[in-house]
Amino acid sequence: MAKTNDPVALNDWQAIGNLDEIQSGKRRNTRLLGQEIIVEMDGDRPHVFEANAAGGMGREHPAQILYGHIWTTLGKPEKPPLDMPEFLEDKRRLVSCGAVTVRASALRIVENFLDMSHFPYVHTGVLGEEPITEVNDYKSEIRQPDDELWATECSFFQPQAAMSAEDGQVSEYMYRVSSPFVTVLYKTCPAVEGAWDLVGIFVQPRDEAVCDVHTFMLVLDDLSTYTDLVHFQHKIFLQDRSILENQLPKGLPLSVGEETAVKADGSSMLYRRWLRQKGLKFGTWQGDRDSQAA
Amino acid sequence: MIHLYDYVLSGNCYKVRLFLSIIGKEYEERAVDYYPGGEHRTPAFLELNPLGQIPVLTDGAVTLRDAQAILVYLAGKYDAGRSWYPEDPETQGAIAMWLSFAGGELMNSSAARLHDMLFYDFDIDKVRAAAHAAFRVLDDHLTDREIDHGDWIVGDNPTIADIACFPYVALGGDGGISLDDYHAIRRWMSRIKAIPGFTIMPGIHAT
Repeated sequence: MAKTNDPVALNDWQAIGNLDEIQSGKRRNTRLLGQEIIVEMDGDRPHVFEANAAGGMGREHPAQILYGHIWTTLGKPEKPPLDMPEFLEDKRRLVSCGAVTVRASALRIVENFLDMSHFPYVHTGVLGEEPITEVNDYKSEIRQPDDELWATECSFFQPQAAMSAEDGQVSEYMYRVSSPFVTVLYKTCPAVEGAWDLVGIFVQPRDEAVCDVHTFMLVLDDLSTYTDLVHFQHKIFLQDRSILENQLPKGLPLSVGEETAVKADGSSMLYRRWLRQKGLKFGTWQGDRDSQAA
Repeated sequence: MIHLYDYVLSGNCYKVRLFLSIIGKEYEERAVDYYPGGEHRTPAFLELNPLGQIPVLTDGAVTLRDAQAILVYLAGKYDAGRSWYPEDPETQGAIAMWLSFAGGELMNSSAARLHDMLFYDFDIDKVRAAAHAAFRVLDDHLTDREIDHGDWIVGDNPTIADIACFPYVALGGDGGISLDDYHAIRRWMSRIKAIPGFTIMPGIHAT
């Protein structure tokens, strides 16, 4: 497919790779919103170009480095990428887990990330375990003026909530969706009382039903090795991948009643309504059109 | 103590984890930052395995690379009943044939998965077609075995041939290789999942 003409998707900042993946003087080809793009590092400054028909460098787009990742936009964003002041706290460790391609809509990835009800079934023995399957009541809301979705007061019993967890614990969660393809969760830190660990996914929508998922953790954990932390995150995310790839329709339905809602889906329902109000089309289910995307 | 140089998403490492779990043998994991770190290409790792591949297993003075070789060693050393790698030459020859298949033709399924998931540069149509051809050979063999009332790739019991072939067949979907047409393979996968001590990995479900 060609570059989308969906202004909602275009006029936003998207992460397109982490800094470890591209060295100064090197180029990397990737894809964003149906458009082939070329990423180039000039010293510590990133440049992003559309690839032209011949594969050469076409129009240049804005680019910046934030949170260990390169961000760009193919349009004119109304707001900057999300603000995460925790990245300035020097005791935290940033773990960039690398990108993984998933043949699913980027919106499906974010919605799955918000969903606690799948923990006991998909992440058995780690993020949940039968018979404790009930999702406790939580709050979800759109916060202004930043226009972000927050789900708060979430809690779930977890056998191994993080790499640093030795026993099961009731984890408290806050979910934050700052833009349609960017989400981060704040989660009880097993190592430090009263602190939150951050786990985030920056989803790079390549096409309507294909995306690259960039995962990071920003944790207070002096004991686990970097590799142990990466493996923990890979295990969790790849347990989701095969299930995400099998979800139908490929695009996310936004209209009410397309998929049955239960109480636990509060944040999911709000996410879909929020996307609908924005008028987002990219990665959504549009009836017949979806059969082509699939 | 056994040490396994391991990556959670590697199907070859999973062959070893799965077998150690089934025979109930304890080990210590040495996590290798395979992706995105590329630790298997570092000088320190190449000293352990000059091929730059995982898994590697150490057990006292023994250092082994290659999942199939490791399965042969573990079955010979720690399976007292010798059911997983029986001692008669006929069975050993048949098992070796399928171990080679697991490390050879079936690795096309691994290549498709690395391409689709982690950006490896393979000719995706070619490796998927080769994986399908390998799955067809295994499915036909398992169909023949069922006609002879056999549940497993070789002999009357599961062997390391089943363990070696299972992961990259079960992970086919990760690389866009559907198992829909391989009925005997799917029945065989269900039997493997019912073996006491069976353990999962991301992308392979318990049932």
